[in-house]
Amino acid sequence: MRKTTRSLLAGLIATAFIAAPAFGQQKLKIGFISTFSGPQGVIGEDMKNSVELALDHLKRKVGGLDTEVIYGDDQVKPDVGKQVAEEMLKKHQVNFVAGIIWSNVMLAVAPTVTGAGTFMIGTNAGPNQLAGADCNEMFFTTSWQNDQTPEAMGKYMQDKGIQDVYLMAPNYAAGKDMLTGFKRYFKGRIVDEVYTRLGQTDYQAEISQLRSKNPKAVFVFYPGGMGIQFLKQYSEAGLRGLFPLYSVYTVDELSIPAVKHAALGQLETRYWSQDLKNPANEKFVGDYRKKYGGKTPSYYGAQSYDGIMLIDSAVRAVKGNLADKKGMIAAMRKADFASTRGKFKYGQNHFPIENFYLLKTVAGPTPTADPVMEIQETVFKDHKDAYGTACKMKW
Amino acid sequence: MNFVLIAEQTLNGLQLGVMLFLLAAGLTLVFGIMNLVNLAHGALYMVGAYLTTFFYQQTGSYALAVALGLAGTLVVGVVTELVALRTLYDRDHLDQVLATFGLILFFNELIVILWGRAAIYSTIPEVLAGHVELAGGFRYPIYRLMIIVIGLAVALLLWFVVTRTRLGMLIRAGASNRAMVAALGVNIRLLYTVVFGFGAALAGLAGLLAGPIYSVQPGMGELILIQVFVVIVIGGIGSIRGALAGALIVGMVDTLGRAFLKPALATVLSPTAADTAGPAIASMLIYLLMAVVLAFRPAGLFPSAR
Amino acid sequence: MKPRTYILVVLLALLAAVPPLAAWLNQPFYLDLMRRVMIFAIAAASLNLILGYGGMVSFGHAAYLGLGAYAVGVLSHHGIDNGWLQWALAIAASALVALAIGSVSVRTSGIYFIMITLAFTQMLYYLGISIEEYGGDDGLRLKVRSQFSGLIDLNDPTAFYYLVLALLALTLLLVHRLVNSRFGLALQAARSNEARTRAIGLAPYPYRLAAFTIAGAICGLAGALLVNHTAYLTPEFMNWTRSGELMFMVILGGIATASGPLLGAAAFLLLEDLLQGWSVLPKWMTEHWQLYLGVILVLVVLYAKRGLAGLLPGKNE
Repeated sequence: MRKTTRSLLAGLIATAFIAAPAFGQQKLKIGFISTFSGPQGVIGEDMKNSVELALDHLKRKVGGLDTEVIYGDDQVKPDVGKQVAEEMLKKHQVNFVAGIIWSNVMLAVAPTVTGAGTFMIGTNAGPNQLAGADCNEMFFTTSWQNDQTPEAMGKYMQDKGIQDVYLMAPNYAAGKDMLTGFKRYFKGRIVDEVYTRLGQTDYQAEISQLRSKNPKAVFVFYPGGMGIQFLKQYSEAGLRGLFPLYSVYTVDELSIPAVKHAALGQLETRYWSQDLKNPANEKFVGDYRKKYGGKTPSYYGAQSYDGIMLIDSAVRAVKGNLADKKGMIAAMRKADFASTRGKFKYGQNHFPIENFYLLKTVAGPTPTADPVMEIQETVFKDHKDAYGTACKMKW
Repeated sequence: MNFVLIAEQTLNGLQLGVMLFLLAAGLTLVFGIMNLVNLAHGALYMVGAYLTTFFYQQTGSYALAVALGLAGTLVVGVVTELVALRTLYDRDHLDQVLATFGLILFFNELIVILWGRAAIYSTIPEVLAGHVELAGGFRYPIYRLMIIVIGLAVALLLWFVVTRTRLGMLIRAGASNRAMVAALGVNIRLLYTVVFGFGAALAGLAGLLAGPIYSVQPGMGELILIQVFVVIVIGGIGSIRGALAGALIVGMVDTLGRAFLKPALATVLSPTAADTAGPAIASMLIYLLMAVVLAFRPAGLFPSAR
Repeated sequence: MKPRTYILVVLLALLAAVPPLAAWLNQPFYLDLMRRVMIFAIAAASLNLILGYGGMVSFGHAAYLGLGAYAVGVLSHHGIDNGWLQWALAIAASALVALAIGSVSVRTSGIYFIMITLAFTQMLYYLGISIEEYGGDDGLRLKVRSQFSGLIDLNDPTAFYYLVLALLALTLLLVHRLVNSRFGLALQAARSNEARTRAIGLAPYPYRLAAFTIAGAICGLAGALLVNHTAYLTPEFMNWTRSGELMFMVILGGIATASGPLLGAAAFLLLEDLLQGWSVLPKWMTEHWQLYLGVILVLVVLYAKRGLAGLLPGKNE
């Protein structure tokens, strides 16, 4: 019995070595890293769906080459993300690494990928370090710089002359960044700035505090499950009618099904919306709904879709010659593809210069449908991020 | 700082404490009687939330959904006990922690397979969804008041069962001397299954109450589980009285800490220092509390007499 | 040599053969993978000392991984790249914190010990998130690896690999000697029958505290190695779920065995890697790999108590 177990183990290890693919054909390999396990896996699912849709639209040939996408799960941990990236680089020898939701994972993975001379196409995380001093010619993002979204909300509220705003966010790096970005453009009176415990489930105490301060408006950042909890409790405490609630990254197509009418009236700022009118977006949203049982994609998906299209434009420009990295960099800088957000330009730091809109959560098309988010107005036209000046790249 | 706010926060702390008590009671009961550390208690909480939400969507009747949800969690709990946990009674705590940790992974993925990764929509029935105007002009959600009432009722019920009924007597006897009780002709295995089922039902009740105000998602048990463990350690393992005391203390300390620590610190430190220190300390407060309690009372505040 | 020791030597020799093998197969990824396995094996070995031999179920052991990593990271952040200094601080800081936490925790036992160690590690985790200077939860990047004044270049993957292997062998040797010394025997006696140990005049507390401190120090070294390996650190290193993973490695490998930590770390990390990425496995398996991992872990605890090391020939302890 023991002998068989030992030889089984040995055989297993040996097969793992042999099964490692080491083909050298002219195939395009893209490594896509996201979170596929745990409660945040719902975001990874949306991104993967969008990547697959993009591949369908390109008939499985990105830039004219047969494409294989290898998915990796970072489990929301930077060191796991780094290991996954290294596996993609060394074992699968991918030509591009794309994806990544979380800033801290991106900060660990991006240098690894660019350091190995491979392209890193970010499709969500936008840490300020990579937009500023640590910018890199092999790094492009199809999303935004983290601060831009709250900056837009700050500007909107400033322009509207709203005073006495109550701020809330979880006590971690992104939470602090969001409120910093907001305050960069909002110069009115701030009643209080409250940081809650990361992962907190019960906000009743904070809601009571909020009410006692009697602000004119409330601005929050509560991503993921925290957003669902906060929204429900805010609504159930009867605060919806009393204090208008503004937010960023708190309500999106992924969380609306869980809160439904508790999200009605919610105002957010974003660079994209499912109802943005351009041919690429209409095709993306329409086909996504058709392929995935009527679900609406989120901005995570739109960014991932754009990521594949960006790679497609680059490979096409060099006519499939993947060794011509300079050529691909030049091509990507042109942002010459049909993006779901419409036409945009890249800044010096390879972050998009794009519009930001005010979105409102309104009732869906039928009484039983979930609420949807729709654009109300444009807040920023061709908005640059605040860190680009620290980037030393010139082109 | 006004009286109304303090009163409101006290009520909040009470409600959080009661919610923690419902979870802690089941956990401490199982630990005290069967000497079983059950990390998967959080999974039963999750099952209660999911089943009740599901049945409410299917039948439209909240009362029916609650009944089915509780019954369903009871069944899942009993089946788990029979299949996976029986062998663990005689094992040491390490084995129990690890095996039940594995069960958590299993249950979470099972829920994902059945209902997907995203949080599902769970709501309070209309009749309970409003607020009451309490003295001083502040509104308090009816639903949360209901949780307080239910929690205290359960505490009373548990006290009654454990001290005044035959079952309670068997439970207490089994806790102090298992072999003797078996020798006296009591079916100790059946007793354990009953107790475990009871604990599962309590977890399920906590879950179905929490579902509408928190989010019903895979892994929701783990988010609250650590707090529950802190409660039973502070209160003293195996003691229902300890669970109640610990839960109320933790609920109060956590709530009041989150609400008043920063302003309190701002009176002695600079505003920016209070801004950083306040939230940082508030998140660690219940752990600090536990460490302090254990430093002076290594067995908790009300350890069950053994 | 006892058959167990012989097998351990063989395992270490196999590990030594990985770099040339990986180079020959043109798969440098496996060098990184096995190096990560070895670093966690060092951490698992330190946990095995207190958990396996000492019977102290510490749910907070990941804290020292984090402390060691932060010691290196923080010094590097302030411009101090000297490896000797960084690693010495990693070990010293971890030992000190372990002594502090241990002095309070080791007084308790059973579930209380589990909970209090968990509480302390959570406190450190939240502390790490709050300190913005060192990145908070964004973490810190290690721009320059620990410098050892020309003695060894950690940027050379193979050299780094062999350093880790040497440190692993040293750790296993140290733990082995400790466990078989008078100190270790007293520790194990306290684990199996505390009343009797007291009766013969040995107070368990100082032995346990000493073991706890030593384990913390070794784990701090593992943390310093880990941050050099990943070139990045975050407070996640200290999360309680990490502690759980370390515990699983120890159990999977077989508690209170010499080769257990290595086998456990290898099995856990390789299993995790395989279950997710092996293209041969069906999709439903890789997508819900945590389900199967959970089942495997439960089965191991219930029926394969001796772990992988128990499958090896030789005397079971």
